[in-house]
Amino acid sequence: MPEILTAPLTVSFPFTRSLGPVQSAFLTGLRERTVLGVRTTDGRVLVPPVEYDPVTAGEIRDLAEVAPTGTVTTWAWNPAPRDKQPLRTPFAWVLVRLDGADTALLHVLDAPGPHAVRTGMRVRIRWAPERTGAITDIGCFEPYEDEPGEDETAAGKAGAGEDRAREAGHRPAAPHDGVFDAPVTGIVTPARLDYTYTPGRAMSRHLAALAEHRITGERCPSCRKVHVPPRGVCPTCGVPTTEQTEVGPHGTVTTFCVVNIKAKGAGIDVPYVYAHIALDGADLALHARIGGIPYDEVRMGMRVAPVWTGDARHPDHFRPTGEPDAAYDTYKELL
Amino acid sequence: MTPPRDVAVVAFAHSERDGSADGASEPEMLLPVLREALRQAGLAPGEADFTCSGSSDYLAGRPFSFTLTLDSVGAWPPIAESHVETDGAWALYEAWVKILTGRADTALVYAHGKPTAGDPADVLTRQLDPYYLAPLWPDPRALAALQARALIDAGHLEEPPAAEAHAVLPLRAGDFPAPVDGAAAVVLAAGDTARRMCERPAWIRGIDHRIEPQAPGLRDLTDSPSTRLAAERAGAFRAPVDTAELHAPCTAQETVLRRALRLDGTVTVNPSGGALAADPVMVTGLVRLGEAAARIHRGDSDRALAHATSGPCLQHNLVAVLEAVPEGETR
Repeated sequence: MPEILTAPLTVSFPFTRSLGPVQSAFLTGLRERTVLGVRTTDGRVLVPPVEYDPVTAGEIRDLAEVAPTGTVTTWAWNPAPRDKQPLRTPFAWVLVRLDGADTALLHVLDAPGPHAVRTGMRVRIRWAPERTGAITDIGCFEPYEDEPGEDETAAGKAGAGEDRAREAGHRPAAPHDGVFDAPVTGIVTPARLDYTYTPGRAMSRHLAALAEHRITGERCPSCRKVHVPPRGVCPTCGVPTTEQTEVGPHGTVTTFCVVNIKAKGAGIDVPYVYAHIALDGADLALHARIGGIPYDEVRMGMRVAPVWTGDARHPDHFRPTGEPDAAYDTYKELL
Repeated sequence: MTPPRDVAVVAFAHSERDGSADGASEPEMLLPVLREALRQAGLAPGEADFTCSGSSDYLAGRPFSFTLTLDSVGAWPPIAESHVETDGAWALYEAWVKILTGRADTALVYAHGKPTAGDPADVLTRQLDPYYLAPLWPDPRALAALQARALIDAGHLEEPPAAEAHAVLPLRAGDFPAPVDGAAAVVLAAGDTARRMCERPAWIRGIDHRIEPQAPGLRDLTDSPSTRLAAERAGAFRAPVDTAELHAPCTAQETVLRRALRLDGTVTVNPSGGALAADPVMVTGLVRLGEAAARIHRGDSDRALAHATSGPCLQHNLVAVLEAVPEGETR
């Protein structure tokens, strides 16, 4: 069995989303170093805010400003940050309930090590230097000591921080109209995923033969049809195909179209002909470009042969062989 | 509500748990599994009244990969077919509903996943909220570890020893299964057809699935109210189960599920090894249903619970109750 082929495959796309009014106010607010929540029907303040009430599903629009300080509700230490994550050095994932909010926001905490992180600790937002209206406008959270209060000496240091956290947590969120100059109306999140693609065993066999300028198919043991390119299975019968057979190289144009619109980045001048070609011995037509003949002279039944150029694995195009055209009856089942 | 028809799992097959697909394409990986399930049920390719599959294109980065897998099922002449972009357990749910409506007597359900083609730690971040979560790229292990810390703080889980190496503190590498490639298939059948196909059919007494908010901060991560509600609606609490197959892709999550499902020491939990033994992503949940059914087929269980999950921190949960005796015979 030939080697299984693999190739790197990258799927990369800018994930573009429009924002609802609440999300727009929240993300614009982050740009302006203001954190907004939304008040639910039952009076809770959700941060990050949502457009619809999680309980009643009704529209909610009452915005409220919460503090840039808060309390860690749970955390996890990440010793090996990945490329796209917000910090380069080991950090803690945290859920933070900002003072004035009733729910917690997921983000990262810059801390020297897991020994410096605990549930209930006080943290504050470290703003990103350049902000665009995105969740990453919060660069990260950082540990935060509350300013010494007037009762500091009386209460003593131990436990005072948590007392203050409780007080701060009860500090009511202030109503906010959510109006900013130049509101953000959408986000674009670049996404890139890297894969190792493998075409499978049957396709690897086919591609290995193509490299030797041979075109192979596989015969179904049940219906006896030869599938080109082979997929390791007969799609009609649902049984594995294992018997390889060489087809072509000559074949017959079963149908075709004339391409008049140039594809972006394509190095072929229009108009050109793209055709279905039934290779001799194959029971499935493959498709390829027809060259070596003016586009308006290509016809159904025309006999063609593959042309390889350079060291390419796939034929560059098919050319006329000069054989007499095939009779319609010989290829009508392959249309 | 009593289902109007008795429907059973009559066949189950899954791929070896050896790790990678070994160069096989999706159809090539599925083919032996489909053939084995169909053989058990005595069906020819394309003969089932309905075909339903579960998978995610993102896992292997192949658009419309589920259409390629139709090569393996004998889809000509055209078959009645559907697909869910999630774990195959939800494909089984759709097929069960289809049979309950009377529009089909038999169904082939399958799932496939090739997570080793990409990096699930990156890929699975793309299922998260695109506004507030996805831009931070929090991988499933990070989210599971946040849940584990919440469980420790609430006293439901032990603090791990400080000396151990951690994948994402408080969780260790051994707390997570390694994602593997895999495929599984199940055949469902109604009434007498099921009895003809299988000596001891695993009758589906109920299935339900429930979902929680997508924002982790809106949820109580120490509990799984969606699992509990799905179990209630599936009838899981009407009588004790002897077996439970749980889809917990992290040890800490099994703790949450055991409590939500009220599983005590009398229940055999994950006799198959569970999701920790092998996690073919998008297949693992369907395997739980299949393994629970197979125990009933073999006579090792009379009443089994199967659970499947999807999303971060057990966000979306499906519970099925399977029995050796159909509803009709106990009425």
